[in-house]
Amino acid sequence: MVKNILIVGVGGQGTLLASKIMGRVFTEQGYDVKVSEVHGMSQRGGSVVTYVRYGDAVYSPLIEKGEADLLLSFEELEAARWLPYLKEGGELITNTQQMDPMSVIMGNAVYPQDVTAKLKAAGVSVLALDALALARQAGSVRAVNTVLLGTAARRLLPDKQIWLETIRACVPAKTIDVNEKAFTLGFEA
Amino acid sequence: MSKTLLLGNEAVARGLYEAGVTVVSAYPGTPSTEITENAVQYKNNIYAEWAPNEKVAFEVAFGAATGGARSFCAMKHVGLNVAADPLYTASYIGVNGGMVCAVADDPGMHSSQNEQDSRRHAIAAKVPMLEPADSAECLAFTKLAYTLSEQFDTPVLLRLCTRIAHSRSLVETAPRQEVALKPYTKNVMKNVMMPAMARPRHEVVEKRTDALTAWAETAPLNREEMHSDEVGIICAGSAYLYAREAMGDGASYFKLGMVNPLPVESLKRFAAKVKRLIVVEELDDIIETHCRKIGLQVEGKSLFPRTGEFSQATIRAALGLPQPAFRTFGQEVPSRPPVLCAGCPHRGLYYAIKKFHPYVSGDIGCYTLGAAAPLSGMDTCVCMGASVSGLHGFNVARGPEQAKTSLAVIGDSTFIHSGITGLIDIVYNKGLSTVIVLDNSITGMTGHQNNPANGLRIDGEPTTAVDLEALARAIGIRRVQVVDPFNIDEVRRVVQEEMAAPEPSLIISRRPCALLKTVKHNPPLRVDPAVCIGCKACLQTGCPAISVHPDADGKQRARIDATQCVGCGVCSYACRPGAIKEGN
Repeated sequence: MVKNILIVGVGGQGTLLASKIMGRVFTEQGYDVKVSEVHGMSQRGGSVVTYVRYGDAVYSPLIEKGEADLLLSFEELEAARWLPYLKEGGELITNTQQMDPMSVIMGNAVYPQDVTAKLKAAGVSVLALDALALARQAGSVRAVNTVLLGTAARRLLPDKQIWLETIRACVPAKTIDVNEKAFTLGFEA
Repeated sequence: MSKTLLLGNEAVARGLYEAGVTVVSAYPGTPSTEITENAVQYKNNIYAEWAPNEKVAFEVAFGAATGGARSFCAMKHVGLNVAADPLYTASYIGVNGGMVCAVADDPGMHSSQNEQDSRRHAIAAKVPMLEPADSAECLAFTKLAYTLSEQFDTPVLLRLCTRIAHSRSLVETAPRQEVALKPYTKNVMKNVMMPAMARPRHEVVEKRTDALTAWAETAPLNREEMHSDEVGIICAGSAYLYAREAMGDGASYFKLGMVNPLPVESLKRFAAKVKRLIVVEELDDIIETHCRKIGLQVEGKSLFPRTGEFSQATIRAALGLPQPAFRTFGQEVPSRPPVLCAGCPHRGLYYAIKKFHPYVSGDIGCYTLGAAAPLSGMDTCVCMGASVSGLHGFNVARGPEQAKTSLAVIGDSTFIHSGITGLIDIVYNKGLSTVIVLDNSITGMTGHQNNPANGLRIDGEPTTAVDLEALARAIGIRRVQVVDPFNIDEVRRVVQEEMAAPEPSLIISRRPCALLKTVKHNPPLRVDPAVCIGCKACLQTGCPAISVHPDADGKQRARIDATQCVGCGVCSYACRPGAIKEGN
């Protein structure tokens, strides 16, 4: 069995740190793991996606439409964009933070209203949280990624200590405190 | 030995370390950059450098190999075009110490201007090319490439693609094997490629290809995986992963680890074992054409596209296999292409020059994002350096009046890479063009690499910086001005002056990248609701941190996202009523 986690967001939100930590945790649990990232141009404020796959033997680094067990979205519009990748019966975790893409800013497109409510109404299993507020509560708006990692972590491997140890090993020393708080707030959300 | 999760590029760097490599030179290019960035961590054993361009990087590595060291260079696919000149003749000369050149293709063009297939360079230059499918193979094939290089006296290409270079998978590491520097002996017949010496070397190259083909027949990196006699799939690299994911044990596989030269007899033996033979390869039909040439009945591009990146879904679609069910949002989701970051110095420059509606000859880098609306600051973008030479050609064709309304924009690193020669062409041939170097003190798009213009080496050690102003004067440009891109009035005044001047000009738009850790940010700006009239003039800056929304009183007003805004002030310049004020 292979588990598929799709992490999506806006370039600059820190999806790569979340996938890196997941990759390390699942490796330490003895799984075969593949994590596929996007570097370069798309990182500059564009829609970004990271694929995390773990199980007995993982071949493709990619997750395709209808294959994700968990869709972790760092931004509400991105949850709608990447919904097709979610497996039937899969779970969606989304940040309720909204970031207008340039087409919306310029008035050429409309940011859809009530994304979370519409997803729920369509029968998708959705957990929505304001990760930005929780990150602020933890001490830094930059910790949105760790909040969301915490929320996903509880559903993937509910042993909090394993995650915290890996976070401590992966983040700069001066941000360990904030990241631990952020992870815990997300974990308990 | 425990397994670690490494990026394909990190695994190549580890392979360099373990193979006893001592010299690495590269120019950054997505998706190849992290190889060299990671080679730096082995600085006690490996000399690593950023070169000004891929041609230089290749020649440095080749010179080191001639000098008896195991050496390496890395580049993206289009970088190999720049390095093709030395590659094709290095193939004739061969090596002393082993030499490997990694080239990273970008099917799907995640961060590139084309999706050319680098296997064509391996064929044309007649050098072996290995193609790993995961990080473990990245490490193993890198080491094997040095053995091959020295055994067959040839540079070896290591082909990666985005999904291999930028995917993490498990590897087992090993200790470094120190390799002694080989003695250098002068050998004019082998190393000086004049016609009389090159003719016999070409004979050697043809024999070498025959010998490599024979090696490929039995080499374990080309392997059969027999599961079924119904379908046999011939593939390499990422295509193997997608096919294996989609077909599982429902097909047999011939997985090629070496994509040039390709084996003959072992492919024929595999073909004889299956009823249906399919080649799965991204981009061009290299393996398929080879199979047809050796008389095999194969299907390939009749089923699969020549464009874009594959996945397991591509394989399923081509072979008529069921796809998983999925839902859609049921409403249009606005696209989100990448944009210039909030606080990006390029924004100020583009916002300033837009007023003149110039023809803008563009180039490759973060600033290419200024081509998008609303800045719409670019007419062309071709390849590294083409902004400068292309502008000269445009102006020559259209006459001297054109030079008064046209500009080239090029980044500091791109200018060093191949903009300088174009500028010399303008001066030498009495052109009138105005070139703007967008000097943000870093190679930005590839993720912040130092370069010869910022005065820092790859490891951050201070070094001599290229003095762009002095360089321009030395090649004969008399009009050189430096501007701050956030000073919009100054930029406009200088650009107007220089476009009008009846001689070539260089404008240096100088301000460091907003993402550099050394750059101090201002507090986020704020909108005074009593002053904002919702006119949307601020939106013309194309900043992702500012948008206009209706407030509780129903009136439209600008809103600034404090998590993104770094207080650069370009929007407050654009704001006619003066509603955007300094933050606290």
